[in-house]
Amino acid sequence: MWRQWIPFWQPGLSTHSGDVDLLFAGLLIVSALVIGLLFFLLTLFCTRYRAGNQTDRDHRVKKSWHWEVSWTAASFVCFLGLFIWGASVYFQIYRTPADEHDVFVVAKQWMWKTQHPGGQSEIDALHIPIKRPVRLVMASQDVIHSFFIPALRLKHDVVPGRYQDLEIEVDKPGHYHLFCAEYCGTDHSGMIGEVVAMEPSDFSNWLTQQAPSSPLASEGSQLFRELGCSGCHGNGSAVRAPPLEGVYGKPVPLSDGTTVIADDKYIRDSILMPRSQVVASYQPVMPSFEGKISEDQLLRLVAYIKSLAGHQS
Amino acid sequence: MSEKNYLTTDFTLRSWFLTTDHKRIAILYFASLIFFFFVGGAAATAIRIELATPQADLVSSDVYNRLFTMHGIIMVWFFLIPSIPNTLGNFIVPLMIGARDLAFPRLNLMSWYVFMLGGCVTLFAILAGGIDTGWTFYTPFSTLYSNSYVIVAAAGVFIAGFSSILTGLNFIVTIHRLRAPGLTWYRLPLFLWSLYATSVILVLATPVLAITLLLMATERFFGVGIFDPRIGGDPLLFQHLFWFYSHPAVYIMILPGMGVINELVSCFSRKEVFGYKFVAWCSLAIAAVGFLVWGHHMFVSGQSLVASLVFSFMSFIVAVPSAIKVFNWTATLHKGSIHFDAPMLYALAFIGLFTIGGLTGLFLACLAYDVHATDTYFVVAHFHYIMVGGMVTAYFGGLHYWWPKITGRLYSEYWARTAAVLIFFGFNLTFFPQIILGAEGMPRRYHVYPPEFQVWNVLSSGGAAILAVAYLMPLFYLGYSAFFGKRAPANPWDAPGLEWQTSSPPPEFNFETQPVVTREPYQYNERFEAEPQNA
Repeated sequence: MWRQWIPFWQPGLSTHSGDVDLLFAGLLIVSALVIGLLFFLLTLFCTRYRAGNQTDRDHRVKKSWHWEVSWTAASFVCFLGLFIWGASVYFQIYRTPADEHDVFVVAKQWMWKTQHPGGQSEIDALHIPIKRPVRLVMASQDVIHSFFIPALRLKHDVVPGRYQDLEIEVDKPGHYHLFCAEYCGTDHSGMIGEVVAMEPSDFSNWLTQQAPSSPLASEGSQLFRELGCSGCHGNGSAVRAPPLEGVYGKPVPLSDGTTVIADDKYIRDSILMPRSQVVASYQPVMPSFEGKISEDQLLRLVAYIKSLAGHQS
Repeated sequence: MSEKNYLTTDFTLRSWFLTTDHKRIAILYFASLIFFFFVGGAAATAIRIELATPQADLVSSDVYNRLFTMHGIIMVWFFLIPSIPNTLGNFIVPLMIGARDLAFPRLNLMSWYVFMLGGCVTLFAILAGGIDTGWTFYTPFSTLYSNSYVIVAAAGVFIAGFSSILTGLNFIVTIHRLRAPGLTWYRLPLFLWSLYATSVILVLATPVLAITLLLMATERFFGVGIFDPRIGGDPLLFQHLFWFYSHPAVYIMILPGMGVINELVSCFSRKEVFGYKFVAWCSLAIAAVGFLVWGHHMFVSGQSLVASLVFSFMSFIVAVPSAIKVFNWTATLHKGSIHFDAPMLYALAFIGLFTIGGLTGLFLACLAYDVHATDTYFVVAHFHYIMVGGMVTAYFGGLHYWWPKITGRLYSEYWARTAAVLIFFGFNLTFFPQIILGAEGMPRRYHVYPPEFQVWNVLSSGGAAILAVAYLMPLFYLGYSAFFGKRAPANPWDAPGLEWQTSSPPPEFNFETQPVVTREPYQYNERFEAEPQNA
């Protein structure tokens, strides 16, 4: 690859990062042309028209407007092109992620906790299979952090109070930096980790070698009973609450007449702010769990409800 | 010097600290800003020494975080924003428009006291233990998690904001009401157009900062949920409010610098500014569109993709008038008679550095690239190219240009040129490596960093050492000139502006008789062509 020959340059590792590198090259070329032209003119004028140098200074340009209009139009067209190019790549980066291999990421001062659906958890590390889109569901326990993998040219803030989806895909096995890019306090620069991309077969070996732990969904199921959710949402309960079997990923009609898709964000919001989006024909009687459960527990509950997607109530 | 000038009318302390003379108030500001510049610079020096190695060796993480916060707060609010408007502007505006003083002389003095109060409160916060939020005060870190003097520092910035508003108001009224007979809008020197645009932003944007800081204090003090999601707030609301002020504030910092460059390029090419009306209206266009781009600081924050799209587009639009200005300055040189006195060296350095700053701005306005580059050293390099390479260079250029008028003394041309060249090289050596660091993905505000980034950090720290020496030099040769320099004539540059029509330094009330303007600005007489300046 030609990009490997550029000194000090780490080539990107995915289709997406290739697009960004190309955009970067385009921006560099535009900049080089502008700077080249400007320095050429400055040098030319400063030499030819230096004081004391006898040269033709007659016929100065007096009417300036057509020059002004030309360089205004030229800048505008050039900028418009860069804008469209940058925007089209941006929309590919942040497209709605495919629902494939989910990994939960919890950011907290000052570590990254990642958790695979099978319950394998890691700290400041993330193992992923190559050539396969992985969806990250990210949450922050405290302040704003930012999930940044320079090798993928990819970054997204992790803002407390909401889930953030991000799709990543790596083409080449290896170890890559994971940085926190949003200043988050004392040990901000220590909040770094490693993304380990592996061949799919190595990855499944790795998953099985991890300390045996129960899958997230079954831990969620246990929490579902401990926190008393099953008292209302379970089968045959006295209180009327929406059944959760088969809900995940489906449209849910709300009491205000609108419809939402029951995704991770909706489930999280419904646990923390149950009265903001009430399911049609139900009473807003559920208490809020705001401040009563951690992000780790929340994502187990979400995983459990997700596991019920195949069931029918 | 038999006649009394503004410096020799009275020598008592009282005559300085209770003065309403815009020239003396400019000197008060000037002395305060030198102090703040070197406080902020000392923090920068410590940061660059620390970053010479990947490990933590000079300071702890907590101290490092306090250093970059202090550097940012001091440099932004107590140096860059007041720099050109309150020193050069305060001194030159009434002289340029042929007035005896600003419209509200007492308000002008009050503005300095308010500024100093804000400065002292902020210094207290720093001395008492410092602030570790970064100059951006992002929530919920600043409201619930930081154990530092956030409220005190915010109060300092809040107070200093009123000084900005008062100064802006004063300039707007002065430029509207006190112009000399015959000085129509299109006869105003472009420095005044840019200060006018700056003042409009100062008056309109600063209140939003005050509101934002008050909301932050309310949450931190009383636990009212505004920005923290745990108590029902929204952290992104803070960013929207903060950048609604702080992005226009970037133009508060750079527009006066652009204004100075017009004066310098024109004077030392002995030629009127090319496309005067375009340049004048570009300043106002930047001021207006600058209010509509704040969301480009939030492309990766989770704001809606459509919002990002609009903000990216507007950011490209706001770059157009800046590009036009660069083209016009270059065209001004065409068929001029160019003199390379120290102020002109600063002006040429400005054009180069500002262009690099502007071009890196395009990278950041470009959505997909911003996802990679935001919150890395690329951003740090970008705004230092604009703020330091642009604004500070323009400030030094303007200072040298008007120095004979302000002090009545000439400085050493040799040392001034040496410092200008040294600043240019030192600056590029400091900040160009940071562009590369950012492109390679080194996040900003990192106290320790992976070792592969060290090469560029060492280069950057080396450049910073040169830059530090170069910035100290004017302190000596300008300081020497203020007391022992050769007496300056009234018009050492043979410039046509009104400020050069009175003696150097000017008398207490600026002009012996009310000047009348009969010509467009920048009418450099043809006879100066092809004659060496300052022979």
